Amino acid sequence: MDKLTRKAYELRKDIIEMIYKSKAGHVGGDLSVIDILTVLYFDQMNVSPENFKDSNRDRFLLSKGHCADALFCVLGEKGFYPKQEAITTFSKYGSKFIGHPNTEINGIEINSGSLGHGLSIAVGMSLAAKMDKKDYRTYVVIGDGEMAEGSNYEAMMAAGHYKLNNLCATVDLNGLQISGSTEDVMSSSDLAEKFKSFKWNVIEVQDGNHCMALKEAYELAKKCTDKPTVILAHTTKGKGVSFMENQAKWHHGVLDETQYLQAIKEIDEVLAHE
Amino acid sequence: MNKISNRQAICDVLMEHAKNDKDIVVACSDSRGSASLIPFADAYPDQFVEVGIAEQNLVGVSAGLASCGKKVFCASPAAFLTTRSYEQAKVDVAYSSTNVKLVGISGGVSYGALGMTHHSTQDFAAMSSLTGMRVYDPCDRFQTTKLIECLLKDKEPAYIRVSRNATEDIYDEYLDFKLNKANSIFEGNQVLIVSCGELLVYAKRAAEILNERGISTGLLDMYCIKPFDTESLLEKAKNVSLVVTVEEHGPYGGLGAITAKELSTHLPKKLLTLNLPDEHLMTGTNKEMFAYYGLDDKGIVKSIEEVL
Repeated sequence: MDKLTRKAYELRKDIIEMIYKSKAGHVGGDLSVIDILTVLYFDQMNVSPENFKDSNRDRFLLSKGHCADALFCVLGEKGFYPKQEAITTFSKYGSKFIGHPNTEINGIEINSGSLGHGLSIAVGMSLAAKMDKKDYRTYVVIGDGEMAEGSNYEAMMAAGHYKLNNLCATVDLNGLQISGSTEDVMSSSDLAEKFKSFKWNVIEVQDGNHCMALKEAYELAKKCTDKPTVILAHTTKGKGVSFMENQAKWHHGVLDETQYLQAIKEIDEVLAHE
Repeated sequence: MNKISNRQAICDVLMEHAKNDKDIVVACSDSRGSASLIPFADAYPDQFVEVGIAEQNLVGVSAGLASCGKKVFCASPAAFLTTRSYEQAKVDVAYSSTNVKLVGISGGVSYGALGMTHHSTQDFAAMSSLTGMRVYDPCDRFQTTKLIECLLKDKEPAYIRVSRNATEDIYDEYLDFKLNKANSIFEGNQVLIVSCGELLVYAKRAAEILNERGISTGLLDMYCIKPFDTESLLEKAKNVSLVVTVEEHGPYGGLGAITAKELSTHLPKKLLTLNLPDEHLMTGTNKEMFAYYGLDDKGIVKSIEEVL
């Protein structure tokens, strides 16, 4: 097993523990997006606690802010704060680790939580880099249910118009949202064609939970010189825990003790493989 | 008669400062003409961002620029900026404390006969109810210039409503402007008129008429809707028997409503609130509408004399 995949599965255990202890969070989406976050934070992005004040750091925005649980585990693992603090206080009385990213927490660029905001902010960050002739990149992760928000299309238009080759969006295409399948709730099919029509470079990753495939896609994105890039990552909601996979009810389900032990056991079994 | 509108004053002051400050950025939504910002866009194309007719994106992009150190002046008609992009103002600007100054152009009923879609008679209420947002309504070019100069020095969010047409000068270049401090124009011991923005001209004339008629009338320019200058209100109101608010806004959540709250809490006093009604407004130029709704000098005097 490669280091990134191992890291992603170790982080899955943190997420499960956080959700179990807090009885809150969005575990299904956390488990679909965690490989994307792992590849970005531990392989692709120039972001660390040491350089977080550096104006040339890469920027990251979690537009699907309800998966903050996963991001909090990643940032803790990255050393922005003690990870156990996030795991034990998440969503608890008086905690700064609320259910959405906020700048009270070290490592968070901007507050999010309401859907359809991240891409516009990312466009602004990318334009600022161009103005300042800096070479940092801006990464934003959007949910597929979130693609129903019209503001995304305003931002897609602007990013294409300004040829923001320093902008890389990822759509976490897990196919499910709170009410059921994204296709049934509000079809956002043909996202590739939609992005292409707005003058984006589109990279499809058929297994969006495959760290090496994601790494390859992000490397490819950097080579695009005249367009923003979107990675359409076809993921599995609840990936890594059999009884959660592809189940809309686990969008924000919480685990009982039996489920918690079963989930940890399954992840440990994956980690046991070399 | 002055011919320089408040929006033009904003363009002038931003151009002056942009000479030496590359972080000043203006963002528009096909609104550079309406905002009188074409000279800025032409002179500083690298510091100007056009997003097209997309107000949500306008504010989100502005927040992104600001989070990377830019001092963003985001200009779009007040009617759209404070409603279409309200959630971006709430989350991306106010909650995220980004250095975005939202400039609501042609506020109130500036657009006259264009009708209800283009009026912003709710913007004081909408924007002042956002935690972290400041709200200003300057009256003339001198106050507008000094306000923008102050706001260029801080990094916090603000909403500035500006009227469309050039207004009579209330002040001159020697205005002793203090941020978040209401300015006393007349002192009086019977009536205190509190007003702001474009209607201040009429409020001033009304105060002059009342003073000529022997009714001692003070006038307080409360251009800072939020943070509201309660201290000045209470100081100027303490000796009068009637406080009157005059605003180009609906009855809910604006100057009158805030004044009522502050007075009833600290200094119970007879209050007359003059504002636009909570109804679909009649058609006319803004001046015709002010007259129709009793917000011009004659209407203000008449309302006050009826109450006294």
